[in-house]
Amino acid sequence: MKRLALILVLMATPLLAVQPDEILDDPVLEERARELSKGLRCLVCQNESIDESNASLARDLRLLVRERLVAGDSDEEAVDFIVARYGEFVLLNPTTKGANWLLWAAGPLMLLLAGGVGMVYLRGRSRAGEAGETPLSADEQTRLNDILGR
Amino acid sequence: MPRLRHGGAAAADCDALRETRAQISVASAAICAYVSSMITELGHFALILAFLVAIVQTVIPLIGAQKRWPSWMAVAEPAAGAQFALTAVAFGALMYGFIVSDFSLQLVWANSHSAKPMLYKISGTWGNHEGSMLLWVLIVALFGAMAAWFGNGLPPTLRARVLSVQGAIAVAFSAFIIFTSNPFLRLDTPPFDGQDLNPLLQDPGLAFHPPFLYLGYVGLSMTFSFAVAALIEGRVDAAWGRWVRPWTLAAWVFLTIGIALGSWWAYYELGWGGFWFWDPVENASFMPWLLAAALLHSAIVVEKREALKSWTILLAILAFGFSLIGTFIVRSGLLTSVHAFANDPERGIWILLIMGFFMGGALVLFTLRAGAMEAKGVFGLASRESALVVNNLLLAVSCFVVFVGTMWPLVAEMFFDRKLSVGPPFFNAAFTPFMVALGLILPVGSVLPWKRANILRAMKPLRYVFLLAIAVGGLAYAMQSGRSLIGPVGMFLGAWLVMGVVVELFQRTGRGSNRMGRLARLPRADWGKAVAHAGLGITMAGIAGLTAWTVDDIRVAQFDQPWTIGNYELTLLDVQEDRGPNYLYTRGILTLAQDGEVIAEMRPEKRFYPVAQMPTTEAAIDYDLIRDVYVVIGDEQNNGGWTIRTYIKPMTNWIWIGAALMALGGLLSLSDRRFRVAAGAGRRREKEDAVVAAE
Repeated sequence: MKRLALILVLMATPLLAVQPDEILDDPVLEERARELSKGLRCLVCQNESIDESNASLARDLRLLVRERLVAGDSDEEAVDFIVARYGEFVLLNPTTKGANWLLWAAGPLMLLLAGGVGMVYLRGRSRAGEAGETPLSADEQTRLNDILGR
Repeated sequence: MPRLRHGGAAAADCDALRETRAQISVASAAICAYVSSMITELGHFALILAFLVAIVQTVIPLIGAQKRWPSWMAVAEPAAGAQFALTAVAFGALMYGFIVSDFSLQLVWANSHSAKPMLYKISGTWGNHEGSMLLWVLIVALFGAMAAWFGNGLPPTLRARVLSVQGAIAVAFSAFIIFTSNPFLRLDTPPFDGQDLNPLLQDPGLAFHPPFLYLGYVGLSMTFSFAVAALIEGRVDAAWGRWVRPWTLAAWVFLTIGIALGSWWAYYELGWGGFWFWDPVENASFMPWLLAAALLHSAIVVEKREALKSWTILLAILAFGFSLIGTFIVRSGLLTSVHAFANDPERGIWILLIMGFFMGGALVLFTLRAGAMEAKGVFGLASRESALVVNNLLLAVSCFVVFVGTMWPLVAEMFFDRKLSVGPPFFNAAFTPFMVALGLILPVGSVLPWKRANILRAMKPLRYVFLLAIAVGGLAYAMQSGRSLIGPVGMFLGAWLVMGVVVELFQRTGRGSNRMGRLARLPRADWGKAVAHAGLGITMAGIAGLTAWTVDDIRVAQFDQPWTIGNYELTLLDVQEDRGPNYLYTRGILTLAQDGEVIAEMRPEKRFYPVAQMPTTEAAIDYDLIRDVYVVIGDEQNNGGWTIRTYIKPMTNWIWIGAALMALGGLLSLSDRRFRVAAGAGRRREKEDAVVAAE
């Protein structure tokens, strides 16, 4: 029982994101590893990348990324390697494949749509101007005076 | 007063009493438990009463307004006051339970601990599902009561309907609390001590983050009530725009403060200095903020020009809709984990039903009545009105992007059978362009005259600051080492917005002498606008600077062996291990030196909370306007030395200074004369009534 408690305490001690012993000697490779890590999700955390996470699984993944890079993988190959094992869920940056194009296009499409509606409205307003402005009705004038305390 | 003193004593005292039961009478222990439990029961009772009063507040004034019965409409005001008072009693009773650690309450047992510092016992009241929902209802009631007390200037029917809709929201959420999330549930045999609050939440920044956020979130219920009441009335005019704007402003200011507090907390508490994670829960508060910002601007057009009426009503409905969606996201746990939802589907379904009822009802009403809201004001394509339409377009579409990104994992899983993540890289890429566009057009839009403008002439005074801002961006590009555009674009936007504000203020003073005097006499709304816009620029620059130019260093540090990062030199002097009030800690002592001179002592900690079995990191931060130095301590290494992470984070504080300025701008605008005049008109009328009555 005592040993179990000890293990629990050790497990709970923060490991601190990237550990000094993980860092590669080659600064270029290390920089690439850090960049890739930022785009990979820690699977047991809530919305954290493996670069930020203290979880031991994140550490394993960081080491795996570095292993692949040292073995000569390109960035893409290293990421594909991880995705093949852990699934699409691991990518913080969603792909544009399949239905995902809808996700990426949602903003621009909506802007076009809203821009179109907005343009029609603005044109309508500026045309209405040629017909002349309607004055306040008597009722509105009284209420306005009331509010302004006149 | 012996009885009361016993009642106020902590449950720990109750425990002590139990141990020495042989020496003291059984009766006094019974009284101790009795008073404490009575307060809890009174709170429970008050909550149920508040629910019943809210039903009255919803039904009677609504019928009264329809039938034009003044006495029925008049019920709204006392009902709103009573409902607030009763909810406050319920909330106070729950807080009392937390303060005295009454572990006979299940909620207190699950979220508190007798050894916890008092501040966190109090903040524990809302640091859990049930308590935070009670806070939610308390704020709905608070806003209702405020509208009842300060709404004398409103036409009686509109006021009755506003309070009725506000009451309906309170009914729905009180019912939700009473039937699915009752905070006053008891345990048969009270345990000796509690399970403690999540240690991450035991922090001053986070203690006050939820109340502010809720004041903002839930404050939008007031704009919603105004929108629905106006739809029932079938009338939206300039006066309505003026009435609804202070409420929107207040809600937006609170949201700004709440979001900034949360982001600041994440920065110093989570241990690696991120300030925004695009987490579903964060997005839940950011979406209403974006829509409230849009609403603030469109309500100006309604107030000044009687245009954009139906759009403004729609925005008011949607802004509260996003507050409800946010509540649903956070409370159901659906997006953080599908399983959290499956464990307790009842709560999620309740909130979905509430959301469906209010949004569905409001939108149906909107489609029936929107046609009646003919726009009056006419304006040219180039005009302040058009600029505000573009502002609304960008804010609403950017909110839509955040919404789609937040919901997409769910959609993909449900319809395409794909388990995927949508993380920060997506939001940074898809959201940021809208903000850049917003920053780009803002200074131009805000100097355009109303009705009809000549864009080129209006922009003329801005051309020098535009060139200057480009130069600032260029300088940033030349000075940085990489090729990234984030930093330079951010610096350009910051300079452009801030200098644009200065030019605009100067323009407002006219020509000739005594311009400074006229500047000082500008309406507070103008100052509010200027301060808030400058704040946005400063925040944008801060975010860009931090994102683009952070430097980090990870190493095993040996005692008394200095290392350098940037222009700074750090030395690890000592590591201490000891215990705090309810945790154990390991604390590093480091010195931070620049040019051989020590400028600060840094004390990063890592803590372990034994009750919750959870570790936390407490970074040491040397705050500065130009940069923060951020130090985190890790583990001791087998072969000696400690892991130390150091970051230099440029311009971080600009983010929160900018946010504070935005909030300040909102407050300045809120204190503008024309809102006080609108409120004062009602008071004056009351006085006249009193005079008439006296005669």
